[in-house]
Amino acid sequence: MTRRQTIVTYLVVVPFAIVLAFPFFFGLITAFKTNLDLGNVEHSPYTYNDLQGHFHWDFWNYATLEHVRFLFEDTNYPTWLVNTLIVGAAVVVITLVLALPAGYALARLAGGWGQTAGVGIFLVYLIPPTLLFLPLSRLVTQLDLKDSLWSLILVYPSFTVPFATWLLMGFFKTIPQELEEAALMDGASRLKALALIVLPVSLPGILTVVIFAFSLCVNEFIYAFTFISSSEQRTVSSGIPNDLIRGDVFFWQSLMASALIPAIPLALLYNAFLDRFIKGFTGGAFR
Amino acid sequence: MEAQAARLKPPRRRWRHAFESRRVLAPVLIAPAVIFMALVVGVPFVWAIYLSFTDAVGGSLTGHWVGFDNFVNAWGDDNFRRALRNTLIFTLASQALVVVGAAVLSAFLVRDFRGKWIIRFLVVLPWAAPVVLSTINWLWLLDSLYSVVNWTLARLHLDESLVWLLGALHIEDDAQVPLQWLGRPNLALVAITLVHAWRILPFAVVIFIAGRASIPNEVEDASKIDGATGVKKLWYVDLPLQLPIALVAVLFGIVFTAVDFAVVYILTRGGPFNSTQVLPTWAYAIGIDSGSLGEGAAISLFLFPLLVVVTVAMLFFARRAQVS
Repeated sequence: MTRRQTIVTYLVVVPFAIVLAFPFFFGLITAFKTNLDLGNVEHSPYTYNDLQGHFHWDFWNYATLEHVRFLFEDTNYPTWLVNTLIVGAAVVVITLVLALPAGYALARLAGGWGQTAGVGIFLVYLIPPTLLFLPLSRLVTQLDLKDSLWSLILVYPSFTVPFATWLLMGFFKTIPQELEEAALMDGASRLKALALIVLPVSLPGILTVVIFAFSLCVNEFIYAFTFISSSEQRTVSSGIPNDLIRGDVFFWQSLMASALIPAIPLALLYNAFLDRFIKGFTGGAFR
Repeated sequence: MEAQAARLKPPRRRWRHAFESRRVLAPVLIAPAVIFMALVVGVPFVWAIYLSFTDAVGGSLTGHWVGFDNFVNAWGDDNFRRALRNTLIFTLASQALVVVGAAVLSAFLVRDFRGKWIIRFLVVLPWAAPVVLSTINWLWLLDSLYSVVNWTLARLHLDESLVWLLGALHIEDDAQVPLQWLGRPNLALVAITLVHAWRILPFAVVIFIAGRASIPNEVEDASKIDGATGVKKLWYVDLPLQLPIALVAVLFGIVFTAVDFAVVYILTRGGPFNSTQVLPTWAYAIGIDSGSLGEGAAISLFLFPLLVVVTVAMLFFARRAQVS
């Protein structure tokens, strides 16, 4: 790239990055503000200020960890994080058990109707959760799973399985068929070829599915919000708006901290697996 | 004992042999996923369709058949029409912003530059963060009293001009400083559209990058020889080639926005005065908060046929565009 091109590139990507990351950057500042500093509209929201609203270079002396401590010690936030991990992990396992064979079969064995089935899988996404959750909440009550993490573990695969099948279908199509055929020639059965040849090669793709399916679970709101009513059983997405917003009282600093803590590791994981995700995503749609 | 084993063996071998055939193996591998989806999505979906034709209330989940009454009632309600209109506005306006933003940003993000890693990390943040939590961040950014957006606009002396602009465009005729982003009907529509665009943009950028990566290098060389550069190249070479994948990005964006519940619920709960309701939140208000399950289901169902048509049409065009 020429010098001019480089400068133009930065002039475009940096403003975009600033705007897209701004809510998180500002949340990071807010998380450590004292109540008096936050509550005074004359004070700059971008810095930590003394009582008169002045900024000092030793700004950390005017910031506080109190609200992060509150989040971890006086709310159920740690429990919600653990619950989210449990639900996410269980759902990922169920998703893989169902979607791995389905994705493989659609990519390799199904022939012409595999493509049609791929479109069919997509249509499942169009059914709004606000529609499904009416009967589902009844089902959950019937099974005596209300207020239990099991209700989410049962229901979440309804949106992770189609997504994972779609992605895995794409990944399996990118693996050269010759690899398997060689194994079949050597006398391996199809299932053996799948387990010993195809799965190890597609491990990066499978990991991608794990990460994105997990993050779909973390994102889910309406089922978590309606199926579970006791604070100890909530996940982050439903616990935070329920317990940290009480009527008109917002625990802003704790809210900002609670949003940042899961977002950063997830964003790092996304970044690491982005290229593979792109490959599977577009491969599933066309090819 | 041995005789028994000998008798058992042949069927087992036949069984194994059957597993080698595509006709048998494919359905066997697909069946668990299909059965699960039928139970957890299919049955509730059919049930919800049935509910939309009944007068079911509260937690009963059965009721008397009332035909199309729920649909007619829903349609006759001004709030419903506003919710339908808002859903269309949020979806179309945010996707228009997303397509333009993603086309520009992806064109530059495929280049090699120092610090690309951190830029990419910052760009995907809105997509990686749980949507409920990042929407709470926006709630804070747009707060009626402490809004940092207003504070910044005031320091840059842009607030009065923005108020004038909103009046000139007839978005808010009597807006005042500080702007009540979520407290005034039309301004709240603008704010929600922007939040949707913000949250979908990273996803679209990623898909657009995938589209660029799929363009063969020969095309790049050929367009160089033919002297196509800059905007000309973007319009005549890059965009047509990216069309199939761009369509997929838009399609997902439309679906994500149209069925979203969390953004509106967290930012405004449909207010002020139901002016920002969308179909999912209105269905929730009617079906759960007021307990009219049947009508709630009917409201949720309105969008489904529309989404199916949009999806099938877009997937069809995407494939055709790719073949040609």
